[in-house]
Amino acid sequence: MLSSGLAACGGDSGGVPTLTWYINPDSGGQAEIAARCTEAAEGRYTLVTAVLPRDSPSQREQLVRRLAAEDSSIDLMSLDPPYIPEFAQAGFLAPVPQEVGDRVTEGVVQSAIDGSTWDDELVAIPFWANTQLLWYRKSVVEQAGLDMSQPVTWEQLLQVAEQTGTTVSAQGTRSESLTVWLNALIESAGGSIIAENSTDPDQIQLGLTSDAGIRAAEVMRQVADSGVTGPAFSTANEDSNATQFEGPEAGFMVNWPFVWGRALSAVEGGTLDASVPDDIGWALYPQVDAGEPSAPPYGGINIGVGAYSQHPDLAYEATECITSDENQAYYMVSNGNPAASTAVYDDPEVVEVFPMAPVIAESLEQAAPRPQTPYYSEVSGGVQREYHAPSTVDPESTPQRAEDLISAVLRGDQLL
Amino acid sequence: MTQTTLPPTEKTAPVSAPGRGISDRSRAERKLGWMLAGPAFFVMLLVTAYPIVQAVYYSLFNYRLTDPENRSFRGLGNYAVILSDPVWWTSLWVTVLITVVTVAVELVLGFALAMVMAKALSSIRPIVRAAILIPYAVITVVSAFAWKFAFDVDTGFVNSWLAWLPGIGADTDWFGDRGTSLLVICITEIWKTTPFISLLLLAGLAQVPEVLQEAAKVDGATWWQRMRRVTIPNMKAAIMVAVLFRTLDAFRIFDSIFIMTAGANGTESVSFLAYRQTISRVEIGLGSAVSVLLFLAVVLIAFIFIKGFKVDLAQARGER
Repeated sequence: MLSSGLAACGGDSGGVPTLTWYINPDSGGQAEIAARCTEAAEGRYTLVTAVLPRDSPSQREQLVRRLAAEDSSIDLMSLDPPYIPEFAQAGFLAPVPQEVGDRVTEGVVQSAIDGSTWDDELVAIPFWANTQLLWYRKSVVEQAGLDMSQPVTWEQLLQVAEQTGTTVSAQGTRSESLTVWLNALIESAGGSIIAENSTDPDQIQLGLTSDAGIRAAEVMRQVADSGVTGPAFSTANEDSNATQFEGPEAGFMVNWPFVWGRALSAVEGGTLDASVPDDIGWALYPQVDAGEPSAPPYGGINIGVGAYSQHPDLAYEATECITSDENQAYYMVSNGNPAASTAVYDDPEVVEVFPMAPVIAESLEQAAPRPQTPYYSEVSGGVQREYHAPSTVDPESTPQRAEDLISAVLRGDQLL
Repeated sequence: MTQTTLPPTEKTAPVSAPGRGISDRSRAERKLGWMLAGPAFFVMLLVTAYPIVQAVYYSLFNYRLTDPENRSFRGLGNYAVILSDPVWWTSLWVTVLITVVTVAVELVLGFALAMVMAKALSSIRPIVRAAILIPYAVITVVSAFAWKFAFDVDTGFVNSWLAWLPGIGADTDWFGDRGTSLLVICITEIWKTTPFISLLLLAGLAQVPEVLQEAAKVDGATWWQRMRRVTIPNMKAAIMVAVLFRTLDAFRIFDSIFIMTAGANGTESVSFLAYRQTISRVEIGLGSAVSVLLFLAVVLIAFIFIKGFKVDLAQARGER
């Protein structure tokens, strides 16, 4: 009934409405899911994908520009969680129907629900949930006698790396990854980048100068000064870290789980020795202070429905298909992106391909999202400006300077 | 540049014209001139003047694209924020530095290349010209990536080539600090746009009358004297036009910085600053104000060149 009514005004060929899903580039998983959902819809809709730029700030830029111009071609979009409050506050997201919201949050990890919520309302549909793990070389920890069954601290990693002449890889580049790292350090130390939140930019209180904020700056500086980060630390990103970790001097790395699939396909492609993946181990994100559980980074993708879509009901129907346990499991196995649904982690196929699945699930329960604010780019941009390069971070002055800068930028008194 | 769109001035009207001081014929010519240039003039107005006026208008507002309801008039407040912010002055300084360094080096290199092209044997001249022009035909983003990969610690070969130099080793991070980043950015720009300047200079070289060169030779002038007293003075217009065009271009540098450092380590140019405020932060008001300031800077440069150095664009094109 719905489809015939919409088809009349939709003007799509054959009377089947076409839904466009703006996706972040991946290894083809979302396109495959779109095809599967089109088939499952049995003619109610056709789901097609349109690819967004590679990094998430550019994805946001393009979507914001289109949505500000009320682009009706955006039916669904894959959103990086930190930008969801901004989209919701600007009215770019169609309201989530109550019964859809109830269904899609059942059995989903808490960090993914938090990341899809703004102002106590679910505004996006959790799809996959990412988290960083501590990756290590078994041979290195064996040599140093480090017990990886227990949580380890950043300090221990630096010591072992120095002892064994290996590297500790983290993301020191001036980009979103730096904010991800700082946020994880502050949250692990028991604080938050935003201490008191508000929709009014003037009222936002920052937590960078709290004890936890200063502790985070100390750890960041310590890592940068350790001499074990390898060359080009100030431009090191997730990809260059992964390359370094596949190399001969690798010791430890904090990174997303894509590195596992990357190493396996490098072996398949003949560019990496088969013994390397056997030597790779994984554990929970390192602690800042011994005994205090770490708060690993949370990332991933949630699905938003465009406010100017001509078929919001069909689009929400499509999100339920996209985020089904079956499709999440497929996406995790084929593209290496961890599911938001806890049930997927019991799937034998998933556990076979991702032997670290239980650690990922555990990490997701502990993970802390980045600051939830419509002014996320300002906060993150300010952090990146003051905390880069990590080797110049001064725990005494950098947090204060960053707070002053971000507050002035939010008031409109300063450029960024 | 304004000369190109202006109709013929009073000078062309015959002095003896009867009645209202303009003959029927020159009135008809003037009309024809407007009819010929009119459509182009109108299109220019539409695609350049309209966005410029709109940017000036937006620059007076506090306007965020994701929060259009709270748009408020701010007067010149955005300009005050920008001009009192060290970020603006840093990016202006970086832009001026890149402009001066690249244009100076390009002028010298471009002149040398123009001489090579002019003196090359006629049999190999087309090949020489094509070879020199190739960098200019490469898209800036592509050349920026090529140079970035060349200097990159992971993928680059420059470190191993230059390892014999003191201070350069296998793990020299060119994009790790300001000086070396700017150096690589300047090299990229120079490689990319020297052909443009050399092409303009080649046209200037062709305009130097051969008889003057021969007369100087007969008088016993050395090569250097002929260069200084004959060639360069006769090429002044071409040199100034080449420098003007390149300066305006270099001042708006964006692509190489975007690809190589994304503005990290204090390598942000004014264009990049405008991009980040407008596109990344979607602060349309603040970003428009930066763009307007950039526009004024470019207008100022053009004005200084045309009035200060008396660059005659018409002469450089061989119209007079």
